[in-house]
Amino acid sequence: MLLLECPCCGVTAEETEFHGGGEAHLKRFGPESSDQEFEGYLFNRVNPRGVHFERWRHVNGCGKWFHAARCTVTLEVFGTYPAQTVEPPQILRELISSKRPGWQWREFT
Amino acid sequence: MSTRLAAGGRLLDRAKPVHFTFNGKRFTGVEGDTLASALLANDQMLMGRSFKYHRPRGVVASGAEEPNALVGLGQGARFEPNQRATTTELFDGLTAQSQNHWPSLEFDIGAVNAKLSRFLPAGFYYKTFIAPRPFWKHVYEPIIRQSAGLGKAPKEGDADRYEHFYAFTDVLVIGGGVAGLTAALAAAQSGAQVMVLEQTAHWGGRAPVDGGTVAGQEVSAHVDALVAELSGMDNVRLRLRCMGSGVYDHGYVLGYERLTDHQPEAGGPRHRLWRIRAKQVVTATGAIERPLSFAGNDIPGVMLASAVRDYVVNWAISPGDRTVVVTNNDDAYRTAIALKQAGLEVAAIVDPRPEAGGALTQQARDLGIRVEQGRAVAKVMGAKRVTGVAICPHAGEGAALETIDCDAVAMSGGWSPVVHLWSHCGGKLIWDEAQAHFRPDAERAPTGHDGLPFVTVAGSANGEMGLASGLADACAAGLKAAAAAGFDGTATAPEAEAPEEAPLLPVWLMPQGAGPALRMKAWLDFQNDVKVSDVQLAAQEGFESVEHAKRYTTLGMATDQGKLSNINGLAVLSQSLNTTIPQVGTTTFRPPYTPISMGAIAGEARGETFQPLRRTPMHGWHEKAGAYWEPVGHWRRPYCYPRDGETHAQAVEREINQTRKAVGLLDASTLGKIVVKGPDAGKFLDMLYTNMMSTLKPGRCRYGLMCSENGFLMDDGVVARWDEDTFLCHTTTGGAERIHAHMEEWLQTEWWDWKVYVANVTEQYAQIAVVGPRAREVLEQLGATGMDSQTFPFMAWEDRTVAGIGARIYRISFSGELSYEIAVPASQGLALWEALHKAGAGHGVMAYGTEALHVMRAEKGFIMIGDETDGTVIPQDLGLGWAISKKKTDYLGKRAQQRTHMTDPTRWKLVGLETVDGSVLPDGAYAVADGTNANGQVATQGRVTSTYHSPTLGRGIAMGLVLHGPDRMGEVIEFGKVDGSRVAARIVDPVFFDKDGEKQNV
Amino acid sequence: MSEPVTALNGATYAGVARIAELPRRGMITIRGSQESAALVAAVGAASGGLDMPGPGEAVIAADRMLGWMSPDELLLMLPPAEVAGALAALAEGMAGEHYLAVEVTDARALFSISGEGAVAREVLARLAPVDLSPAAFGPGNFRRTRLAQVPAAFWMLEDGSFELMCFRSVAAYVFGLLCTAGEGDAVGHY
Repeated sequence: MLLLECPCCGVTAEETEFHGGGEAHLKRFGPESSDQEFEGYLFNRVNPRGVHFERWRHVNGCGKWFHAARCTVTLEVFGTYPAQTVEPPQILRELISSKRPGWQWREFT
Repeated sequence: MSTRLAAGGRLLDRAKPVHFTFNGKRFTGVEGDTLASALLANDQMLMGRSFKYHRPRGVVASGAEEPNALVGLGQGARFEPNQRATTTELFDGLTAQSQNHWPSLEFDIGAVNAKLSRFLPAGFYYKTFIAPRPFWKHVYEPIIRQSAGLGKAPKEGDADRYEHFYAFTDVLVIGGGVAGLTAALAAAQSGAQVMVLEQTAHWGGRAPVDGGTVAGQEVSAHVDALVAELSGMDNVRLRLRCMGSGVYDHGYVLGYERLTDHQPEAGGPRHRLWRIRAKQVVTATGAIERPLSFAGNDIPGVMLASAVRDYVVNWAISPGDRTVVVTNNDDAYRTAIALKQAGLEVAAIVDPRPEAGGALTQQARDLGIRVEQGRAVAKVMGAKRVTGVAICPHAGEGAALETIDCDAVAMSGGWSPVVHLWSHCGGKLIWDEAQAHFRPDAERAPTGHDGLPFVTVAGSANGEMGLASGLADACAAGLKAAAAAGFDGTATAPEAEAPEEAPLLPVWLMPQGAGPALRMKAWLDFQNDVKVSDVQLAAQEGFESVEHAKRYTTLGMATDQGKLSNINGLAVLSQSLNTTIPQVGTTTFRPPYTPISMGAIAGEARGETFQPLRRTPMHGWHEKAGAYWEPVGHWRRPYCYPRDGETHAQAVEREINQTRKAVGLLDASTLGKIVVKGPDAGKFLDMLYTNMMSTLKPGRCRYGLMCSENGFLMDDGVVARWDEDTFLCHTTTGGAERIHAHMEEWLQTEWWDWKVYVANVTEQYAQIAVVGPRAREVLEQLGATGMDSQTFPFMAWEDRTVAGIGARIYRISFSGELSYEIAVPASQGLALWEALHKAGAGHGVMAYGTEALHVMRAEKGFIMIGDETDGTVIPQDLGLGWAISKKKTDYLGKRAQQRTHMTDPTRWKLVGLETVDGSVLPDGAYAVADGTNANGQVATQGRVTSTYHSPTLGRGIAMGLVLHGPDRMGEVIEFGKVDGSRVAARIVDPVFFDKDGEKQNV
Repeated sequence: MSEPVTALNGATYAGVARIAELPRRGMITIRGSQESAALVAAVGAASGGLDMPGPGEAVIAADRMLGWMSPDELLLMLPPAEVAGALAALAEGMAGEHYLAVEVTDARALFSISGEGAVAREVLARLAPVDLSPAAFGPGNFRRTRLAQVPAAFWMLEDGSFELMCFRSVAAYVFGLLCTAGEGDAVGHY
């Protein structure tokens, strides 16, 4: 059972305080989008072996959504950060590079 | 025979006799006994029968690894099957029953299975019962069912209490043997918070039995000193009778503490499940001795050499008058020496090593014990008890050289570290050729949330079998764990002395060239009756993967999970496959280490606190009124209020008629209520609802639909605008938390720059629907003024004082009647509810439940989330196009509703359905069409979504989704019933009653 | 107006631990940016001068409390009679500002948990996945978490004495949990 630190309230808690919300950094496509764009937004998800970015909500806590960078193989949590961003913070990406040189996740490296 | 020795017994208090029964027979043991030792003291070597062949089985081990001595413990509401006699501490009044036999342990009908054993080889389940086909149902299955199952299931509810406890520590040491204690001390001296779990009732593990000296004193004295020192430290927590059950991700460990198993009358919880987060875990879980595979190794009286030693030293048991020790290593010589020192006869030590021996061999010889080198046991003689062994050259095929009379055999095939807890969370193993066992590979430890190792192994669990090396290893492990948890320290292991031991000789089958007849009697898994020949057969039949061979033979799948059989089985498999043991690898180690009780897992979640029940402020009133409850999520809502002699259907009918005729009251407190406030609140609700909410005027209400981003209808409800900036959104009963979370998600993760705050105020209010033609009169009688339609029209809200209580009243209707939903603070809910009943008495007021609500809304053609919707239905399917804004450029679900599948004209659409004969359509029935579908089933053209008897119309009414339904008004179609017959129904408008809304608008 | 009733009418339990449903207390959910000077001032005015709590904290005075719920949410507790005044003070102080203040007095149930030594700590440690050791949790600490299967929040007054809140509808469930956990002997862990 994972241990996660909520970046919004600073609490480190076990997984039962949180609720997973799937892949992070999705861009919403609305009514003007093409079928392909909309399909990608609604249905297509990466399923990486290794570095992954995902959404969590501190549901039995401060109630805030945040993002976590995690390794799907070792379950190492590289870091968590608030959800109000469209890309992972640079400092976290550098940290991941130091641990997983050459990593790539979607358009991010 | 097995008896109690006159002297000795390290763990016994002979002054305190303990009485117990086994299979109804009364026995006496003494304090400090386990059930197994007490039975042995009473010459009860036979303790159970095996699962498949029902072979007579005696105790083989002395601890958690015991596969045979499983008993049913206790009686009635405290009965529990499959408890190991070896880990059951004896108490006064204990009752135990042996298992897997009928009619008795001594004489068992099922033992005929053993005679048929050549017809029940590995995988017989998959082969034998295939043909002829009808035999399965009528012959095989009834017989298998009768004999299946290990032990008996308890028949009564568990009388005991259980609890959980969440604990946090820097270093958790699992195992309170001399290694665990040493590691704990090193970690504690570094300043770390330390917890130590020991599964037995005693500190020190095996070391006090095995002997040696530490820092110049006996091991047992050293253990006492260690425990005393640790007990005195503020940063150390010690727990006996607490097993480390499993190691999980990120330092999560379950500990299983047995508080009252040994003192059932003590009160308090029986078991406590420790849910521990440890920064670092030290597994000091010791090692388990392996049996040897020779013919007859399962006959009662054949035991592990270490177990024999334990019984002699700890419990003063003589396992037999004459014991033969058979061993491929030096350690088991300790058993021979212990027996001899206890005054018992050791007939011989049979050792397959051509040249045995270190110091212990010499000591045995000096004591006059006969040592047979290069020899093996060809077979053990006896049925329910050992009578002798035939010995032969180990290098041969089993031709007996000599038969030695004996009534006990102590066997040792070497030691396997207990690597389970290391492995649970991904720790890898390496094969130690010299000691012929798998041990943890320190380079590949389980890693935690930070990517760093969080488990360290100490002592014999790490393959450090010697006393001195084990202590040094444990001390280093404690320091390492403390340092990894952030506490640097120094400590040195105490000096220790124990005899030098010569290398062992790996022996996987005895004798080496044993033929088929012997291999069929050489047991690997005692509980599941798996023999050397079975594993060889599995390999021959192509089950080469260890995981496949395990499942095909059931090796290691019993309640002991292969603690004794695992390595021996792997070795046989690898030999059959002509490969090496490390190449075959191990099966997966999964928690729990030994079975834990269901009660401990459930903890407090039982009875009244099994799951949260949500109650409205009027719950107690409903209960007193005899409500029949309907669960809605975790809520309990009155379905109806049946009166004396009434059926539920009659009660529902009465409630509807009274509401339509006079006035009804509904507890609507469970409806979700979410406040949405801010300059962008209107814009936000326009995105959330399919219709336009930003144009709603303060003081007014509007019904709205909410869709998920993939277009499907997820919730509905009435939105009221409180003021320019503030809206109140009503959700369905089950939807409050979900919709609140949905709003927060979009606000936090997509539109975080929008100025909107939301708050879930569902439980702040009690809400009561006052419904029916006389609703207004009742409210006016309670002092509400300005209730006329001019001042307070339909779909408006007003603040009024009702029965002296400040209320916000929403004039909305889910029944088609004149209807007011009155919201007051929850603390006033019951007072208002009672006042309404009192004031309404003269107007014929009556409480109604959810079923009346459902029927009345169906009469009006209103949809219900969860009935008309099932996660695949869009508003357009339900004729709700009017509630979908054409002006808005965007709302959640809009893009999805443009997809081709969503705009397909053949999507089934909502209609009303009236049976031709007036009967009630079956719920969920499908409308049949001509022809068949691709699977050859009758084609369908629609289905029923809601169906009721309408008291208002005096007939069955229904709603359903039908192909081109709205274009087929008046057409009669047929619905299939469960009995195969069909019922005809006419397609009609879904609004059955008061189509123009005259009743609600008065 | 009738006498307001709490969910359990002040139910009490005395096992090893003492559990009691507390009398009704006025409660206001305040949402707004805690970095806004206007909000800090308005909350100060509404609360009768309580300091702003930091994350994981509650500022507790005799008959009032300000708890940190999330980066943009505070919970103000004060005597029920003062709720209307506090809401008015917030409205005045936050005029023209974006915020939300709403009364939740009756949305919740409140309990006290006390007992000798570490008894109260142990009651909560049986139910919540929170480190309740004295080093990790002391007076003034405030924690939103889960109590068995429902969300809850608790805070410590003086050592060994807690208050806890949950939603009103699950008051009976939570009381049942606390009584079960408060029945048994000391674990002896702290």
